[in-house]
Formats: sequence, structure tokens, C-alpha cells
Amino acid sequence: MATADELKFQEFDDAANLLAANPDATTISIDEPVEIPKNQHSRLQEPAREEDDELLGTDDSDKTELLAGQKKSAPFWTFEYYQTFFDVDTYQVLDRIKGSVFPVPGKNFVRLYIRSNPDLYGPFWICATLVFTIAVSGNLSNFFIHLGKPTYHYVPEFRKVSIAATTIYAYAWLVPLALWGFLMWRNSKVMNIVSYSFLEIVCVYGYSLFIYIPTAMLWIIPQKVVRWVLVVFSLCLSGSVLVMTFWPAVRDDNRRIAVATVATILLLHALLAVGCLAYFFDAPELDIPAPIIPVHNGTTVITKSH
Amino acid sequence: FPGLADVSISQDIPVEGEITVPVGSHSPDEDYSTLDEPVKDTIMRDLKAVGKKFVHVMYPKKSSALLRDWDLWGPLVLCVSLALMLQGGSADSKDDGGPQFAEVFVIIWFGAVVITLNSKLLGGTISFFQSLCVLGYCVLPLTVAMLVCRLVLLAGAGTVSFIIRLIVVGAMFGWSTLASTAFLADSQPPNRKALVVYPIFLFYFVISWMILTFTPQ
Repeated sequence: MATADELKFQEFDDAANLLAANPDATTISIDEPVEIPKNQHSRLQEPAREEDDELLGTDDSDKTELLAGQKKSAPFWTFEYYQTFFDVDTYQVLDRIKGSVFPVPGKNFVRLYIRSNPDLYGPFWICATLVFTIAVSGNLSNFFIHLGKPTYHYVPEFRKVSIAATTIYAYAWLVPLALWGFLMWRNSKVMNIVSYSFLEIVCVYGYSLFIYIPTAMLWIIPQKVVRWVLVVFSLCLSGSVLVMTFWPAVRDDNRRIAVATVATILLLHALLAVGCLAYFFDAPELDIPAPIIPVHNGTTVITKSH
Repeated sequence: FPGLADVSISQDIPVEGEITVPVGSHSPDEDYSTLDEPVKDTIMRDLKAVGKKFVHVMYPKKSSALLRDWDLWGPLVLCVSLALMLQGGSADSKDDGGPQFAEVFVIIWFGAVVITLNSKLLGGTISFFQSLCVLGYCVLPLTVAMLVCRLVLLAGAGTVSFIIRLIVVGAMFGWSTLASTAFLADSQPPNRKALVVYPIFLFYFVISWMILTFTPQ
């Protein structure tokens, strides 16, 4: 029968002391888990942020976080590195376009569609299509507006293509660069849950420009009201995609800075739409009749008033 | 080896022959050297190759001539002639006119390079110059359309001529796109075909637009 002392709970000494007493004993050490994966950490810390889970699409963001680490391992001077940015199938591109045109309220475009697989195909070719659509539609619209006038001579206005290309590509690449730099800078000051890579921001901007393609085609209709309704409508759709993407990224920041950031994003987007409408599409009704000044060698010089 | 014990070679059969085994096909250089041939032959050989490819574009069916024996003479000739014909579409001010020679040239070559890069990045197995060759040769229908448009515009520039031009350019645009996709589509991964075909469509659409909107001064 055991003595009362043996049955009592005994404090076990430190491993070192026990080993000193009995150097030949086998020991097992169990380490404390030092690293907690980032998602779990944030989930533990802020269980009340339910909407973030929805926005982040956390059901398989863990998987994509793991998978993302295995991609893009080729060095940047090889062709394979750039192939990783074109690793999309037809249905994926179509899904992303659909997601930009029909924004689901509350769903983040990046998390829902991009899922750590940003592609450059969409932004590049959507911008190219938009450039040519705006140039062609502007040309067609001007042709129809001035069609009845006897002094009108059709011009293809090819220079406008290069201007459109410069504007749209600058918008689609420089604004994301600036936004990414800004978000990185704020990230260093304020710990944000959501942060995007540069390519993901380029992706969002590229796909959000898709709605302007049918809008540009509809701008051929020479009615001011129709054009402005289209501007507002497309701005709402693509603007909402951008806002829902970037609001979670700046929400934790100082209130004023967050609102100012989102307002700037929307303002630049609106500026692009209105600027394209004003520059490439002539005003529908020219109330002031164009004065015709006959020149002595027989050709007439017409001054256009916009 | 018991079976070989009774194999014997009689003494009077000479054993002779060539040890070298010809690998692959005889290259024509072994037959005659092209250095000594008359210049006309050299030029005619290349012209015939280019002409054969033109025929293949007009009647697109599976052929390896365009793909394997690619050359860039045809695309160069087509591009230069198209750019020359598109010139002279100027207007009152330099800014509003049609594309200049350099613009057409840049659009065709830069556009073809970008489309080739796009298809290679998406995982296509075609080589860079083969794709350039196909895209350049398939501009042929549109060059023919440009020729027809210029002839129609000589007759007049009214609505009827516009409708004729529209039909001709539209048909040639469809022909170009179908011909180039017939040649290029096989080398693409199956679930990305549409992603590769769309830029080709855009490319020929832009060229067609330039042709259709050409107005002589």
C-alpha cells in the first residue's frame, strides 16, 4: 500500500534539475507553438468583425494563401515568370468581367474573383478594347451629328486614337501605382487587415473599366440626357466595385483619410468618364451656326464651336 | 552460339557498301550549290514561296507551308502596300486626317507582336516568327479590300459606294479573321482559345476600320 506521501500530488521539478539528478533518463520536450497563421490570429483577436469574413471570403482564402506561396517562383528575367500572370482560362476571365459589371453588394471583387491569381490579360485587353471603342464611337457619333450639314467633310480623326491610348493606359496603370504606394505607406502606420498587391489593384481597375465599353458604344446616341444618364449609371456600377474593394483596406485608418481616399478614387474615375465624353464626342446640338468665311482662293474655312 | 556455327560467307562475294546512314532528308544543297545559280532563280524561288503562301491564305486549309516555312517577306510587302494606299487620306488640318504611313506600319507590326506575345504567354506552342508570319499573311484579304475601296472611290464617294465598301471590307475582315484562326487555333490550349482569338479579331477590326474610313482628299 502506497504511503500518503506518494499519493499526494507532487510538483515535478524543472527538466534541468531532473536531468542533473538522473543524467541518463530520456526526455521529451514539447514546444509552444510560436507561429500562428495570420488569418487565425486576426480571427482570434477580433471575433466581432463578421463582415470581414464575408468580404474576405475566408472559406478558401486559407487555401489560396497557401497556394499563393507556391506560384511565381521563377526569376523575373525568364519568360515563365510572366506566364504566371496569364494563368487564366476563358471562363475565369468571363467570370471576372461579370463580377465587375454586376457587383454583388457586400462582396469584395478581389477576394471573390481574383483569389490570389491576378492576371494581366484582362486589364491589358480591356484597356485596348476601350481605347478603340472610344475612338471609333467618337468618330461615328461625330459623323452622325454633322451628317446633314452641307459643308461637313468627314475626317477619320486618327490622332485621337493615340490620345485615347495614352489616357486610358495611364489611368489604368499609374493610378493603381499611386494607390498601391499610398496604401503601403498607410499600412506602415496603421495595421490593416486587408492589403492588396500591386497586381491585384491593377486587376480591379482594369476589370472595372469594362463597363465603359458598352457605355462608349451607347454614347453614339446624340442626346445629351441619354449620355449623362449613361455616365452616371456606369459610374455607379464600376465605382461601387472599386469602393467595395478599397473600403475594407482603409477602414481602419483615420476616418478622414479613409473617406478622402475613397472619394479620390471615385473622383478620378468620374473624371475619366466625363473627360472622354467631352473630348471624343462632340456636343449633340450646335445652337450657334458655324460662320463660313470665304477665302479668296476658293476654299472655305469653317470655324467649329464646341 | 550453336545456331551461328554453320553460317559461312563464301569467299567470292565481296563485302562492300556504305557505312554512313543518311539521316533525315537530303538537303538540296547536296545536289547543287545555290551560290552558282543565276540571280533570277534565287529571286523566283523566294517569290514562288511567297506566292504559294498567298494562295494558302486565300483558301485556308490545314497546310504546313505557312507555319513551317515561315518568312516575313509577304507581310512586309502587304504592310507597305497597305500603308502606301492608306496614305493621302489627309484633311484640312493634319490632326484630323487618317493614319499616316508610320502609324499604319507601327499598328500592324506592333499589333502582330503583341498578339504573338499574348498567345505565347497564355501557353501557346507556336513559335514567335511563325505566328508573326501567319498574322502578316492574313492581312492579304484586307489589302485586296483596300484596293477595291480605292477603285470604288474613284467612281464616286456617295452612299452607294459606301455600302459597297462596307460589304467588301466586312467580308474581307471576316475572311482574314477566319483564316488566321484556322492556322493559329490548333496551337493554343483548348480552354483558352477564345482568349487568343479575341485580340486577333480586334487587330483585324482596327485595320478594317482604317480601310473603311479612308477618304481621299
